Amino acid sequence: MGNSKQVIDSLMDKLGGKKMRNTALILLAALVLLLPLAADNYVEEVMTNTFFYILLALGLNIVVGYAGLVDLGYAAFFAVGAYTTGILTKMGWDFWLTIPAAVAFSLLAGVIIGGPTLRLRSDYLAIVTLGFGEITRIVARNLGITGGASGLVGIGRPSIFGFKIYQISHFYYIYFILVVLGIVVALRLHNSRLGRAWQYIREDEDAAEAMGIDPVLTKLYAYMIGAAFGGVAGAFFAVKMTAISPETFAFTQSAMILLAVILGGMGKIPGAILGAVFLVFFPEIFRGIGQARMLFFGVLLIMIMVFRPQGLWPERRS
Amino acid sequence: MSVSSIILQQLVNGLILGSFYSLVALGYSMVYGIIKLLNFAHGDIYMVGAFVGFAALGVFGGMLGTNWLGILAALIISMILVGLLGMLIHRVAYQPLINKRAPRMSILITAVGVSFTLFNGVMVLTNGEYQSFNTSLGFEGIGIGPINITYTQIVMVSATAILMLSLYWFINRTLYGKAMRAIALDQDACRLMGINVTRTISLTFFVGSALAAAAGVMAGVYYGSIHFFMGFVIGLKAFTAAVIGGIGSIPGAMLGGLILGLLETAGTQLPFVGSAWKDVFAFGILILLLVLKPTGILGKSEIERM
Repeated sequence: MGNSKQVIDSLMDKLGGKKMRNTALILLAALVLLLPLAADNYVEEVMTNTFFYILLALGLNIVVGYAGLVDLGYAAFFAVGAYTTGILTKMGWDFWLTIPAAVAFSLLAGVIIGGPTLRLRSDYLAIVTLGFGEITRIVARNLGITGGASGLVGIGRPSIFGFKIYQISHFYYIYFILVVLGIVVALRLHNSRLGRAWQYIREDEDAAEAMGIDPVLTKLYAYMIGAAFGGVAGAFFAVKMTAISPETFAFTQSAMILLAVILGGMGKIPGAILGAVFLVFFPEIFRGIGQARMLFFGVLLIMIMVFRPQGLWPERRS
Repeated sequence: MSVSSIILQQLVNGLILGSFYSLVALGYSMVYGIIKLLNFAHGDIYMVGAFVGFAALGVFGGMLGTNWLGILAALIISMILVGLLGMLIHRVAYQPLINKRAPRMSILITAVGVSFTLFNGVMVLTNGEYQSFNTSLGFEGIGIGPINITYTQIVMVSATAILMLSLYWFINRTLYGKAMRAIALDQDACRLMGINVTRTISLTFFVGSALAAAAGVMAGVYYGSIHFFMGFVIGLKAFTAAVIGGIGSIPGAMLGGLILGLLETAGTQLPFVGSAWKDVFAFGILILLLVLKPTGILGKSEIERM
């Protein structure tokens, strides 16, 4: 075990070299941009789905990885975003105008859940976020405006400068742009004053507080920014799917996003991306085993925690 | 029905529901008390208990009948097997992390993994279908005014009371119980005093899981059908119950479960709540309580960080 760990670590070191990394990034971006020319609809669909989960994983990574808070109800934020956009576009709003509204409502949800609970111990927080996720789903199922148990259908497709976005390859590029933006934001945050405050709190809350960092407020920022990521992802999800239902946002969804973050290695952007890619590809590759794949997910999660708790590609800490 | 008979009927329903919550909450509280782990998979243990009881009743039902004798046999078999499952989970999934002194978040996530494994495992085995508990228990009972309290209901509440009293005796009067209480106070000192800490923690998992299994079998018998996802919501509710009573406190878990059961059934009768919103009502109570009084009714306050 120790030996293989060393091999992996040295491999990661080599990949982490600046020149290597830039070349790899450019190659990867070119590959992703050119892929739709060669791929069929299925591949584009899977890739678009991957981008979507990368975006969610980047958002949750801010909460879980940067600030060290457990969130088992992340799908709630994504639901708030999706429903906001769904309801407003059905009321005749332009899609692009619904995005700020979706972000605003997700932020509000983040404040509502984070405000009173972030003072709690983190294992309590896990359960409260789980309860909050369930509440969101039940509310969506019981309210009239959200379409009840059958959800919202016939959400209009957006257009940009008169160009209607409806094909899968259109969404492929839009989601790719979102992922790039998401990475830039996450990276900038990580290196910001706020990012350092999060890491400080994660490592030692008492010491951070003694240094003048307000732990509750700083954690709340992490929650709100994570929620905003979920809101944006939800807004785009609503127009891509054109139909949303409460069951899309069940606990399994939250657990999957969390799994992506943990799997890749908490706190690191490539880790979150790797986790999301794995999360989408694994069921696609193992379609044959059907329902049992979720069982393997569970076993895998335990094994990762027991044998490599820092994740596949963790953040290097000095 | 008159108002008083509705209240009485709901009181009985609440008491039954509360009994199930209490039994599951005990396992949460015991494990939390001893190693400060929120055993996220505990609700799924309850679900597995119901399914093991269902299978046992299928096997022994022909021999002992599907009446009380058969159910008792199923209950005991389920408690033992699921108790062993709890020990296995502790040894395989949690103890390696405890040995490494891993951060509590890692152990919590492992528990999510265990939960995933259990409910998806049962889903694969049962094809995700509902299974119905076929028992030959009737609806005979004692009539109090216009309402009817069935013998099944009386037996359920008595069985819960017996289990809780035995647990209380076990924790407070036996050497193993003493060891558990000691470990909850100071693990290192216990190790120095020659207590086998790992084995005692294992035993705690056995007892907690067995109690959840008992609740699972009884809920299956009482409500008549079981499903692989039944553990999820009750896991949340039982946690709420444990928090209401004060997590880590055994009498607290018992009390919290009964209070939550009564509140929830009362909630279904309230205007604007009703049965569609009862889960929102219960989680609302949890969130409110965690904000206002996180130590619960009988809990001790302690300052803790992860």
